[in-house]
Amino acid sequence: MFFGNITIDWNLAAKSFTPILMGGLKYTIPLAIASFIIGLVIAFTMAMCRLSSIKLLQWIARIYISIIRGTPLLVQLSIVYFGLPELGINISPVNGAIIALSLNVGGYAAEVIRASILSVPKGQWEAGYTIGMGYFQTLRRVIIPQAMRVSIPPLSNTFISLVKDTSLASTITVTELFRRAQEITATSYNFLLLYSEAAFIYWIFCFILSIIQNIIEERLDRYVAK
Amino acid sequence: MLSVQDLHKSFGDHHVLKGVDFSLDKGKVLVIIGPSGSGKTTVLRSLNLLEMPDKGSLKIGDANVLFGKRLSKKAVKQIRQKSAMVFQGYNLFPHRTVLENVIEGPVQVQKIDKQEAIQKAKELLEKVGLREHIDKYPHQLSGGQQQRVGIARALAIEPDLLLFDEPTSALDPELVGEVLKVIKALANEGWTMIIVTHELKFAEEVADEVLFMDQGTVIEKGQPSGLFHQPEHERTKQFLSRIR
Ligand SMILES: Nc1ncnc2c1ncn2[C@@H]1O[C@H](COP(=O)(O)OP(=O)(O)OP(=O)(O)O)[C@@H](O)[C@H]1O
Ligand SMILES: [Mg+2]
Repeated sequence: MFFGNITIDWNLAAKSFTPILMGGLKYTIPLAIASFIIGLVIAFTMAMCRLSSIKLLQWIARIYISIIRGTPLLVQLSIVYFGLPELGINISPVNGAIIALSLNVGGYAAEVIRASILSVPKGQWEAGYTIGMGYFQTLRRVIIPQAMRVSIPPLSNTFISLVKDTSLASTITVTELFRRAQEITATSYNFLLLYSEAAFIYWIFCFILSIIQNIIEERLDRYVAK
Repeated sequence: MLSVQDLHKSFGDHHVLKGVDFSLDKGKVLVIIGPSGSGKTTVLRSLNLLEMPDKGSLKIGDANVLFGKRLSKKAVKQIRQKSAMVFQGYNLFPHRTVLENVIEGPVQVQKIDKQEAIQKAKELLEKVGLREHIDKYPHQLSGGQQQRVGIARALAIEPDLLLFDEPTSALDPELVGEVLKVIKALANEGWTMIIVTHELKFAEEVADEVLFMDQGTVIEKGQPSGLFHQPEHERTKQFLSRIR
């Protein structure tokens, strides 16, 4: 059996752990947070366009969402980072990653936000109107707080996917978690060990995030009938 | 105080209101009765512009609108502020406590000082018998209690006109009385109200005037003593005998 020969290089494992983890803490997580926040702003705007009564806005949002969902993230990232310079727009790798990831989240989360707003019963809008609120005030005070409860689980999933998707930024030279592991394999050739280590750190990140997700959901649950 | 003229409303091909006219003086209670689908809810919702009529005019106090063309935001706001609706299904804000539900309009819309609004809301909640429940969430209350919060929320914005759409029809029979009692008390205090209800005994006690609707038109309008006991129209007679 060939398997018998495998020995784990514990020394390498220990030495590489910190740089890989630091790649995660310095790039992966900040990249994910920044892209998520910007992405949510885009998503909310697109959701409002989709819900608007103005046909033009509806179509802009539909086309945007369709393009984002219908093309691979790796291609989107490449267009932003390698393509835009041809138009004279030069961006740093980190900014390129943030732009592409934000646009991507914007497309996916738009539908989540739209669905969560639609899930709030029509009577809630009417209750807002009858006490004198306008459209945007009702949206802000009445609808969004309720829609948020509905959208937290799917948006958490979007965020967790995003954390993993940041690994694609390695292709545009961002020295995030996965890129660090790749760089070490260039001299040590220990793919199984180093990539497993990277996987392990991603998994820890996502595990912590799912715990945070549960805490938020429990807090938001307080007004829901048991 | 209120005058409605030639109100028309269609949903698609379905002509639901076919020229509804009536008026109401300040401090009076109007009860609207009629068979299911006759357009009672649509009339009530039109007064609060939750439904936009296709044609006709509406005057509440010093606010006037003519339907048919698109209304400005300002016109909508102006007429809407004159009345407040108490919904059949309560429609309380589930993410806010009882007190927060009641102060939402005064604080957020009318920009009244929060402490003042809380003081007033507590008095209103006292009046509807919910003083000890002010910090609960709607789902912790019975249907009758929720509907009384709904009434307090409507009262809090001090509208000129209160609208009730079958306020007790979603309630268990034993909870109906507590809500009707509150509405009667409001009538005695001189609130101007329009109530859609199937509770005929209550209607007779509370109404100054009764309006019978059928198929999108007003068939007859009169004092409860007359309309309930000697209706002029055959359709009114049939309706009353059917639901009695
Ligand atoms: N949003 C809507 N879209 C389409 N049709 C509607 C809508 N709202 C009401 N209708 C129709 O208009 C008619 C009148 O409805 P409305 O709710 O005003 O009657 P109602 O007198 O309140 O009846 P009920 O006693 O059953 O509450 C009904 O035929 C109803 O199906
Ligand atoms: Mg009705």
